[in-house]
Amino acid sequence: MTNVDLSTSTALTATGGSDGADPGVPLLHMRGITKSFFGVPVLDAVDLDVMAGEVHAVVGENGAGKSTLMKILAGAYQPDAGSILLDGEEVRFGHPRQAQEQGVSIIYQEFNLLPERTVAQNIFLGREPARGPVVDNRAMEEATARLLAELGVQGSISPGSPVRELSVAQQQTVEIAKALSFEARILVMDEPTAALSPHEVDALFERVRLLQQRGLAVLYISHRLKEVFELSRRITVLKDGRKVDTVASDAVRPGELVRMMVGRELDHYFPPRATASEIGDVRLQVGSGAVGKLHNVDLEVRAGEIVGLAGLAGAGRTEVARALFGVEPFTAGIVELNGKPVRIRSPRQAIRSGIGFLTEDRKLEGLILPQSVRDNALLALRSLGQARMNERPVKEAPSVLDLARRVELRAASLEQEVRYLSGGNQQKVVLAKWLATRAQILIFDEPTRGIDVGAKAGIHELMRELARSGAAILMISSELPEVIGMSDRILVMRDGTIAGELPSGASEAQIMLLATGERETVVAA
Amino acid sequence: MIAAPATPNRATRAWRDLSTDTALIYGVLALVALISWGLILANGGQINLANTLVRSVALGMVAVGQTLVILGGSLDLSVAYQVSVTAVMASYIMQGDPDRMLLGIAVVIAIGIAIGLANGLIITGLGVNPFIATLGMALVLRGILNSSFDNFAGAVPAEFQGLGYGSIGPVPYSILLFLAVVLVAWFLLRHTRFGHHLYAIGGSEETARLSGVRSARALIGAHILCSLTCVLTGLFIVSRLRAGAPWVGPDGNYGLESIAAVVLGGTALSGGKGGVLGTVAGVLILSLLDNLFNQLEVNTYLKDVLRGVIIVAAVAAYSMRSYRSRP
Repeated sequence: MTNVDLSTSTALTATGGSDGADPGVPLLHMRGITKSFFGVPVLDAVDLDVMAGEVHAVVGENGAGKSTLMKILAGAYQPDAGSILLDGEEVRFGHPRQAQEQGVSIIYQEFNLLPERTVAQNIFLGREPARGPVVDNRAMEEATARLLAELGVQGSISPGSPVRELSVAQQQTVEIAKALSFEARILVMDEPTAALSPHEVDALFERVRLLQQRGLAVLYISHRLKEVFELSRRITVLKDGRKVDTVASDAVRPGELVRMMVGRELDHYFPPRATASEIGDVRLQVGSGAVGKLHNVDLEVRAGEIVGLAGLAGAGRTEVARALFGVEPFTAGIVELNGKPVRIRSPRQAIRSGIGFLTEDRKLEGLILPQSVRDNALLALRSLGQARMNERPVKEAPSVLDLARRVELRAASLEQEVRYLSGGNQQKVVLAKWLATRAQILIFDEPTRGIDVGAKAGIHELMRELARSGAAILMISSELPEVIGMSDRILVMRDGTIAGELPSGASEAQIMLLATGERETVVAA
Repeated sequence: MIAAPATPNRATRAWRDLSTDTALIYGVLALVALISWGLILANGGQINLANTLVRSVALGMVAVGQTLVILGGSLDLSVAYQVSVTAVMASYIMQGDPDRMLLGIAVVIAIGIAIGLANGLIITGLGVNPFIATLGMALVLRGILNSSFDNFAGAVPAEFQGLGYGSIGPVPYSILLFLAVVLVAWFLLRHTRFGHHLYAIGGSEETARLSGVRSARALIGAHILCSLTCVLTGLFIVSRLRAGAPWVGPDGNYGLESIAAVVLGGTALSGGKGGVLGTVAGVLILSLLDNLFNQLEVNTYLKDVLRGVIIVAAVAAYSMRSYRSRP
């Protein structure tokens, strides 16, 4: 039987004490953490230490290695090298369960709650207080009520409500309560405000400060510099898997922090941008588009140009793409294609209107992995009923072969299953799919994610060629060098809307300032 | 420290349970009962409630077992043949001898546990999709049954037939047995860790695992319990027929019909949502329709068409309801 301590109030107060622990030994010390995936280094000898009663922020661009570092702390990944010390003693977490037992709790961006079960059932899942096999529902609900009271939400969340009836902010509070029920000493919050309204963010901050006063160490991962400065005592900056520095938050200005996050060189050459004469009429225009968290989305893309769409994770970039492609269509606003208003309500309609969408997740949404290059390339065209299905493959071959040549595909044959192709070549097959439908508006969502450097350049060349032949391209990317290197114009999103537009050749710092909402002007270094 | 708020008392909790989907399903049940009885009376027929209930018992017990596995995200297509195995083996072992009754019961329970364990282990241990695993089990059982027994094998003693025909006052034993099965299943789901874990596994196996739930164990347990409900059904049927035959299970259509009853009762086929109370309503709806069609002497084939349409329409209504209530 699992031993569950239901007296959560002691769990919160017993550790550390509110007057700041002994400054000598940090509660958590991660030393030289190194990790690579499939030979690609993600973390390189990263150090991090956190005191009891401290909110310590970890910042960095997308892909800097923040989430990986936290997953190692939580026992979800094992580091290749380096060690984790709790109270000065080395620990090893082979499984999330072990980290939980040592008081490390993590709240991921995607919540791990069961919508059909109650708040209490979710919090104590796997550790239900029980007499023998019989769950003590009353004790469980009482313990939950106490946890919720600790967080000051006993009025708004009832232990017996199904989670599906709660708002996102309330669900997050349940996640916090669940994390605390493990007698957490270290609480990791990964982008906790991504889905919250400003009012809810304030409430969350109060809760975090309360936990801090009770001696918890809080690791706060966020892109939002305003929040980071408001909450944290120290800030650790990661960049490209390395630690840049750990600074006291009252000793650094936002502008300096941004420079620490982005300061790097462009690592390869991009094809030349469009000249004024190559840019033609407006192909795609959105006015005041809104759906879900998106609002007041205004953008236009002209024939011959590549428009970069930058922003932090959760800013709504992919949502814009999905709205344009009719997956979750705009519920308000106007969309015009070639100057004519249209209502796109389904991907099928979008495809018919000449839009192509290279999704972020190539393997799940872009390709049917166990099918051939030919079948994948013709997937969209066939769905429109324009490819003659009964025609024998021999007759079909020339056109698919043309497509494959146009995208410079490297495959053993057109019959090869796409799962055996490299990432770059898979992306080329997706591109061929949209060339087959003669799409004139192409939306690329993270076109070179997970693609090696050589193939990246190839994809970039292709995108530019397509633009030159008259396509209008909207490119979403989390890699700032790619946004800067490829775009003829850059749109920056923040909190579900377009925060601003920058000309080609804008600096990373300019983009980051728009994306994070920091007003301070950065003097070019 | 802030005073802990009062947890909702039992009455409000019970109300909350009833005020959700279950209430809706019982509303549908009441409607179906009123309409079918109205039609029967209008056609000069007679309402025989006890008869309808007794005929619900066999399907009902299997459907309760089916509810458990479906809630855990699994499925059992072999239930009909498990019913046959029990009926045949019970009468074969008892051979009309009252002294062999306990032996017969013990053996069929042991066989039931073994089949449930095998189903559960194949699904969790070998990672075979439940549909395929239990379809395979159904074929294996059918093959063994048909090669070993042609028709009725042995007989149960007259004493044993009390289960099928006896009663306490006006209440037949079989209905009490069914109620007991429902009560046990309801208690397991609502009040034990096993039940809580089963819902969690069906809702999201990943979340359950990350929360430290031993999902394989709970799922194997659900399959064993499901098989035990088949054993009880088999014993009930053989007590009424006096002897078991290989075709009693498949002829009763327990496989797909039990799944239909579960889904009709509001349990999600993907698991994690629903419960046995809904399943009871689902079973009763199917029985009432059956009774209605028989009384009105509806053509057998038309009967199938009507039942098919009703099941699909009901599930479509649930799905539209949950679709609309999505945020």
